[in-house]
Amino acid sequence: MAETMTLPRYLLRNAAQFAGRPAIREKDRGIWQTYTWREYHDHVRDIALGLVALGVPRGVKLSVIGDNRPRLYWAQVAAMCLGGVSVPVYQDSIAKELAFVLNHAEVSVIVAEDQEQVDKILALKDQLPALTLLVYEDPRGMSQYRFPWLRSLQEVEEAGRRFGAEHPGRFQAEVEKGRMEDLALIAYTSGTTGNPKGAMLTHTNLVETGSTLMRAEDVRRDDDWLAYLPMAWVGDSLYTMVMNLMVGFTVNCPESPETVQRDLRELGPSTVLAPPRIWENMLTGVQVRAADAGGVKRMVFDRFRAVAERAEILRAEGKSVPLGLRLQHALGEFFVYGPVRDQLGLRRARWAYTGGAPLGPDTFRFFRSFGVNLKQVYGSTELTGLASLQPDAEANPTTAGRPCPGIEVKIGDKGEVLVRSAGVFKGYFKNDEATREVIGPDGWFRTGDAGFVDPRGHLVIIDRAKDVGALADGTAFAPQFIENKLKYSPYVREAVAFGDGKPFVAAMIAIDPSTVGSWAERRNVAYTSYADLAQKPQVRALLREEIRRGNETLPEAQQVRRFLLLTKDLEADDAEMTRTRKVRRRYVFEKYASVIDAFYSGQEQVALVSTVTYEDGRQATVQSTVTIEDVTGAMAHV
Amino acid sequence: MSALLEIREVSKAFGGVQAVSKVSLDVQQSDLMSVIGPNGAGKTTLLNMISGFYHPDRGHIALAGGDVTHAAPSKMAELGVARTFQNIALFRGMTVLDNLMLGRHVHMKTGVLSAFAYWGLAQKEEVTHRRRVEDIIDFLRIQDLRRRPCGSLAYGLQKRVELGRALALDPKVLLLDEPMGGCNHEEKEDMARFILDVNEEWGTTIILIEHDMGVVMDISDRVAVLDMGQKIAEGTPDEVRANPQVIKAYLGEAKPAATEQRHG
Repeated sequence: MAETMTLPRYLLRNAAQFAGRPAIREKDRGIWQTYTWREYHDHVRDIALGLVALGVPRGVKLSVIGDNRPRLYWAQVAAMCLGGVSVPVYQDSIAKELAFVLNHAEVSVIVAEDQEQVDKILALKDQLPALTLLVYEDPRGMSQYRFPWLRSLQEVEEAGRRFGAEHPGRFQAEVEKGRMEDLALIAYTSGTTGNPKGAMLTHTNLVETGSTLMRAEDVRRDDDWLAYLPMAWVGDSLYTMVMNLMVGFTVNCPESPETVQRDLRELGPSTVLAPPRIWENMLTGVQVRAADAGGVKRMVFDRFRAVAERAEILRAEGKSVPLGLRLQHALGEFFVYGPVRDQLGLRRARWAYTGGAPLGPDTFRFFRSFGVNLKQVYGSTELTGLASLQPDAEANPTTAGRPCPGIEVKIGDKGEVLVRSAGVFKGYFKNDEATREVIGPDGWFRTGDAGFVDPRGHLVIIDRAKDVGALADGTAFAPQFIENKLKYSPYVREAVAFGDGKPFVAAMIAIDPSTVGSWAERRNVAYTSYADLAQKPQVRALLREEIRRGNETLPEAQQVRRFLLLTKDLEADDAEMTRTRKVRRRYVFEKYASVIDAFYSGQEQVALVSTVTYEDGRQATVQSTVTIEDVTGAMAHV
Repeated sequence: MSALLEIREVSKAFGGVQAVSKVSLDVQQSDLMSVIGPNGAGKTTLLNMISGFYHPDRGHIALAGGDVTHAAPSKMAELGVARTFQNIALFRGMTVLDNLMLGRHVHMKTGVLSAFAYWGLAQKEEVTHRRRVEDIIDFLRIQDLRRRPCGSLAYGLQKRVELGRALALDPKVLLLDEPMGGCNHEEKEDMARFILDVNEEWGTTIILIEHDMGVVMDISDRVAVLDMGQKIAEGTPDEVRANPQVIKAYLGEAKPAATEQRHG
């Protein structure tokens, strides 16, 4: 069944049918403030007409920049009401990236959250010839800013109200001009190579994907959802905007990025989506608090955690759980699992997803064993964020789930995963060449991921297809596959594996300063900085042991033989990673060429020059000599 | 036009030390006036006299036309003069929220007894004050710190809460004694931003003592320079920067300003 309603039409429907129901809340002044669908609609209408009154033409390209705030979502929907396109940008982008995206997308209106974001845009103003209107939401500190093209959102809305009074029916008419094939969103993907590419998504893409998700997962009108993931990420657009409009559930915006954890607990959302990093942080938090708790409490926690794990393993293997264990589990639910879920804000969560990157099996199992219905989802920006997900009964830590109804998946050359669905994007904006590379004439989208479909029908992702290479002896080498095994260690924050065309696998490791730091403190190992910590012999020994354990889960040829600990974390600001924290492999290869040389020429030490880019774009270099470690147990012959 | 705060030839001596002698200063409504000077120049003493902590030996101080030369600190607070301290003066064991609520006590009408007797009214008052405190929490971007005990906060954040406590008074005049002392670069930038915003958004008159010349020259409307207890210059930042006596006080005889944080 083809969808026929554009997103703005869903807004009109909601305002008519669920006028008094809560559409979106934001926590402000310490209290959750609610806006009904009627209010949501009125604000969107006023913003849209305000833009018209200020001379903004139909089809406007509008960017929002800031934290998740209702008004920034309204501005995006308002643009769509005018047949326009929303181009959300990452607020933590450095100036160069920001200027590139805003320019490339020909953005003419920017809605910024506050003075901080306005200042960023003002600094780039000269480089943005297309920009005609800059709107800010929070007037704080803005009284001295006077430019003809700078307005407060309040002014825009007031202009819209006046315009609306003079032109009744205009808003409705603008919405009705909208077509399903119109562009609605350009989502820039921070590619692992080169400049970001803008994936063009139409109303059909968004609405069809929304309805696919509604068929595949239990989504309800009385759901509560916490909008805390970056607005520039397609997953947030899909859920916080598209699904919100289609289903009519309630979106909740946290007070500030720092209060997300507390707001999550206070709200207890019924549906949760979080990247692996957040699940890992939550687990670390629970473990730290358990370790800090008194003797009896810790004993109870440890005991019931073991019970939960045994029960979960039995369940995952499809075996029945014996009565005794089931009784203990019921006790544990009362004393431990329920309260822990409550503390994490997951008590009311009917389902929770992890996606974007693989999550360690131990972390995955922990949450499932504690009664969180955690599952995996797979998608990409070019697929409007969705390809496959795990049904409740088939949750497991290794697969990317079952392709959603209406989404076709097949495996192409070199094991590449191909997807065809109504969610496949219309191409990259102003980049036909890149578009032709990924969409075939028959409509199949090349995900660039290498994987296979397991006997159950689940998709399994191994690595990026272009990264899959071979060792010197011809054994297949999938770097991400190895890196993920290493990253399952709580002490490893990032890992980069080398081996394509080489005799063995070597890896650069960035330690996790919080876990390694507390490990060092417990052992009275004094350290001053990240670099110092990473070069302590004790820490090197700790990581050697962790890597040896990671190696046990890898085939012998793929085992890491040599490694070193970086003196700084890999950072998106240093262009080593994308904003969604994927390693930009080619860049890292160039930057760390001397390290790779050292790995394979048998050197014991290597001089490491790391460049650190600060948020304002300044750079500094840090030079150090780093010891290369051999992993015992793995056959090291160079 | 008469100034909001008029200081006429005030002097103060401690034992044989003449900390401030015959200093006059007019601060206009909504001005951001900085008082600078080498260590021991008498800046904090001057601030203490304005806030009623000390009373001048000679001279007069008038606020909005009324004489306040000998008013007690509590009276000054009621009249709308709030201050922050060089050494943070917060209740370390209390939460940020409680510290800020306490900052509103001058505005609280219900006493302990009436709080028991008129519980409904006292509650309503509490809500009103909480609303104002939440505005300040939002203004200073400390939403995540509401329930944190002040003692557990980083120094720069404590400085920010200290500013919040002074703001909770809804001051007409805000006296800031080295609000950036001991802060790192980023904290200084934030604090300068907050001070400017208070001045610009709320029109609060501010008297600022600060050692960081960069900040002072950037954000002040007017600057007064004290040296050895006497005012040697006053004017816009540019005028003061060009004043030969100031240059002499800073570069010639006394040490450069930012060498030490302590002064009398």
